[in-house]
Amino acid sequence: MTNITKKTSPTISGNQGLKLEEQLIFEQDNPGISGVDFPAVDLSKNHLGGLLSNRRIGLPGLSEPQIMRHYTRLSQKNYAIDAGIFPLGSCTMKHNPRLNEKMARLPGLGDIHPFQPFETIQGALTVIYQLADWLRQLTGMAAVAMPPAAGAHGELCGMMAIRAALDHRGEKRLRVLVPESAHGTNPATAAACGFQVDPIPANAKGTIDLAAFRAKLGPDVAAIMITNPNTCGLFETEIVQIAKDIHKIGGYLYCDGANFNAIVGRVRPGDLGIDCMHINLHKTFSTPHGGGGPGSGPVVLAQSLASFAPVPYIELRAGQYQLVENAKGTNSLGRLKAFHGQMGMFIRALTYILSHGADGLWQVSGDAVLNANYIRACLEKTMSPAFSGTCMHEALFSDNFLADTGVTTLDFAKALIDEGFHPMTVYFPLVVHGAMLVEPTETESLASLDQFIASMEGLAQIAKKQESLDSFKNAPIFTPRRRLDETTAARNPILKWSDQQKTAKSDAT
Amino acid sequence: MRYLPISDADRQRMLAKIGVASVDDLFNHIPAAVRLKKPLDLPHHQGEMEVERHMTALAAKNIGATKASMFLGAGAYNHHIPAAVDHLIQRGEFLTSYTPYQPELAQGTLQYLFEFQTQVAMITGMEVANASMYDGSTAAAEAVMMANRITKRQEVIVSSLVHPHYLAVIETHARFGGFKVASEPMVIGREEKLTKMIHDQISCVVVQTPDFFGNLHDFTELAKACQAKGALLIVIVTEIISLGLLKSPGEMGADIVVAEGQSLGNALSFGGPYVGLFATREKYIRQMPGRLAGQTTDADGKRGWVLTLSTREQHIRREKATSNICTNSGLCALAFTIHLSLLGEVGFRRLAETNHARASLLASEIGKIRGVSIINKTFFNEFTVVLPKSAKITVDRLASYGIMGGIPMTRFYGRQLELSHVLLICATEMNTENEIESFAKVLRKVLND
Amino acid sequence: MSKTTYFTSEHEWIVVEKDIGIVGITDYAQKQLGDVVFVELPALGKKVIKGKDMAVVESVKAASEVYAPVSGEVLAVNQDLVNQPATVNEDATGKGWFVRLRLSNPKELVGLMDLKTYQNFVKGLS
Repeated sequence: MTNITKKTSPTISGNQGLKLEEQLIFEQDNPGISGVDFPAVDLSKNHLGGLLSNRRIGLPGLSEPQIMRHYTRLSQKNYAIDAGIFPLGSCTMKHNPRLNEKMARLPGLGDIHPFQPFETIQGALTVIYQLADWLRQLTGMAAVAMPPAAGAHGELCGMMAIRAALDHRGEKRLRVLVPESAHGTNPATAAACGFQVDPIPANAKGTIDLAAFRAKLGPDVAAIMITNPNTCGLFETEIVQIAKDIHKIGGYLYCDGANFNAIVGRVRPGDLGIDCMHINLHKTFSTPHGGGGPGSGPVVLAQSLASFAPVPYIELRAGQYQLVENAKGTNSLGRLKAFHGQMGMFIRALTYILSHGADGLWQVSGDAVLNANYIRACLEKTMSPAFSGTCMHEALFSDNFLADTGVTTLDFAKALIDEGFHPMTVYFPLVVHGAMLVEPTETESLASLDQFIASMEGLAQIAKKQESLDSFKNAPIFTPRRRLDETTAARNPILKWSDQQKTAKSDAT
Repeated sequence: MRYLPISDADRQRMLAKIGVASVDDLFNHIPAAVRLKKPLDLPHHQGEMEVERHMTALAAKNIGATKASMFLGAGAYNHHIPAAVDHLIQRGEFLTSYTPYQPELAQGTLQYLFEFQTQVAMITGMEVANASMYDGSTAAAEAVMMANRITKRQEVIVSSLVHPHYLAVIETHARFGGFKVASEPMVIGREEKLTKMIHDQISCVVVQTPDFFGNLHDFTELAKACQAKGALLIVIVTEIISLGLLKSPGEMGADIVVAEGQSLGNALSFGGPYVGLFATREKYIRQMPGRLAGQTTDADGKRGWVLTLSTREQHIRREKATSNICTNSGLCALAFTIHLSLLGEVGFRRLAETNHARASLLASEIGKIRGVSIINKTFFNEFTVVLPKSAKITVDRLASYGIMGGIPMTRFYGRQLELSHVLLICATEMNTENEIESFAKVLRKVLND
Repeated sequence: MSKTTYFTSEHEWIVVEKDIGIVGITDYAQKQLGDVVFVELPALGKKVIKGKDMAVVESVKAASEVYAPVSGEVLAVNQDLVNQPATVNEDATGKGWFVRLRLSNPKELVGLMDLKTYQNFVKGLS
């Protein structure tokens, strides 16, 4: 039984050309069928201690052709970088090179076990060492912690290193300063490390208000967490002074490296005075976003924090690379994750870096900033840039240009979907009303930018004419699903399929 | 450069529109002292061929499962991945898509996450599961912190039979998160008396089955003991194929189940990226970390899916979030769900049976070697043996025969004398009967030399 | 018996009779939040402090703290909101009440707004 409302479908099947409907796998169960071939096994003699179970788990049976079709149809309902521009601010949705994928699958890299003897995986340790070396030099920092699994995990690593350093000094400082424009992971991470979050306002230019920052300094301040360039797409020009100020009172400067793409190869965060910074390999260094992960968040550390790095880390001993896995007796903050880090992402990131080299990376940041400024310049008359002057790798607009139209930032984004584009980031950063944060990245061609700009410009004009409010409120109408009821999803969460759902609301017309 | 489409001509047009003379001008507001004037003195860009040569040379210095016989476990398992999995996860609409924040453009991702959540709940025997965590060890730490939030208690018990890396991660969180871990040091062969340790300030008890040494456990009685004191039972599963054959943690009465999903769909890859599974009781869904895909309807009344209960997450609750997590393990979760979908009820069972059969054969062959004793009374596909010689030296010698023959316990527990001869060995469906017999033969030779 | 209603700048209302107060959020607040999906209520007997967290009200995109307008002890909470959070949107000033308190310091009511003052305050916000 399908879940298509017959009265709205212009076809018998519910499909519309290449827009194919697809049931859940559980609704296609063919008992006894399987997509793999394994012979039956006699386990009458076993070592299972009476825990052998005969319960029916409930997994549906499908053959390989059915599986290929199922997931192919699902894939057709997804937008992706491979399909078009993905201008999400602070996400750095750049092209994912396919060479990266080929290298990650090489025999000798994809098929090695984390606990093999060191002599049998010297190549693997060399990959990690070489990547770490590039990251150290690109950032001008003393050490790199490779284990964190994602950006937020890297933030945790950095803030734990700061806590460890303070504990080592015998100092109990509980306050961490966080700009109001910061990404939500920053205050969440600080709280997870036992700190109290103290917000700092931005000034009218969109950067940290230096006076407000200085007013908050005190002997109980452990650190300030800064994003640079910040979430408004602007370089924190006072950052060197902020670093000096915080160091003077004995605190640390944590840098959220999510926006590193704007300055990679041109500015070294180490020169700015930061003590630690996480790098999102899945942003700046092109490892694929994969629909929400996996990521990788190595953390570069200044000398002041290097000894507190988590285990494991790589050492070169008598010409052989080895992993140091035991934190006992050292200053290390401990272990953050089983095994050694996101090796699959390390291979991809190193491949990317070797492909670009220092000259390529120089061009990456240059073109990233160029592309964002081009968008800003083309749209600044029709839309409302949040701050005056040029931006870095992302352009931030407020919803002022939509005032009195009845069209919200959300409606504008949904209309953009019908135009065939994934919308920019909306309602972030919180410090700008109805924020729209556009980051094209350096891998968009001029033609692609012009197409996107034309739609943004056109939609802004239509909104201002105030003649088509309905078309904004009803958007999107061309996608496989229209706007979805998030309220009911939150009030009555249905988080898995069950065979009781035959009477679920979704069948009702 | 092949990934950068902006030409010099493009650049001139764009700069004219912006109103600056050069790209460098867009960086002029950065203080000169910290702004590099030219690229760093590091290697320049390279074509595909050169990069491939470099990486292939590094790969050639490693001996992986394609070349060697692999008998290693300890939380990462060598399983066969059906060819269809890699083809599907490499589709650009999966590989290069993003977190489904605009659900109308991501019904593919949201539907597979919903299916994934359902599968995880089914195999663990629990009521609800999330859309994945980074890996099993961080999922375990998140489970402990969730138990602390629910019970409002700050002391946790962790079994000494839990994977030592998982224990270490929990201890790191305890150190910085301000809660206490009560754990006895691991003593090989000693039976634990966890029930006795539970008092009314304990938030949770963390156990694992199969445990780190391969032994199987039924935690039904322990679950009752926890409940009696208002504590939660957290069960870790590092080898999820075992769930195809054994009584599930949900049936035992677990409150939270965390697992490593790598065994399905995901290559060994030297330890990452992997995928954490997280399942719990329905009454705890608002305390669960991580993303959740929820079913709903669209404006036309058609069934669809959205990310839901997001108000627990960092981008909304900020410092009050249930966790600071942002990413899940998207593509790894997709690989897991595709593999499990291919297996289905029958295939999952048969795969588990084959694993146990191979491990039983290996145990039987190795057990015949003079001086070798197997500690386990029960196991799934992994067990612990005591050798008459140093385990590390034995493993190094086996490697020279192209056999990854196990992991010495001293790798995890330091240079404790009583562990120097102890070895953890695993066999899966990837190890043929011939391979197993060869391994036993070579091991006998190495031990007798 | 006289009942008096007071308002806070965080958009809570409190209806006070002798030393008992019933607390909820205003109609303006529920409009700002959008569809309420979940309400987190304090435990019975909890001692709340004026101006500090007392409850949480969640919509799809936001979670807001509900602060205690005055200090006191939680005598009762509106269990209906747990199953029907939409009640907050439908009847914020009546059936959508959150908590009943025993006031520990009635003097704290001084300085809270009356209806007219609150209405002017809201006008000033938009």
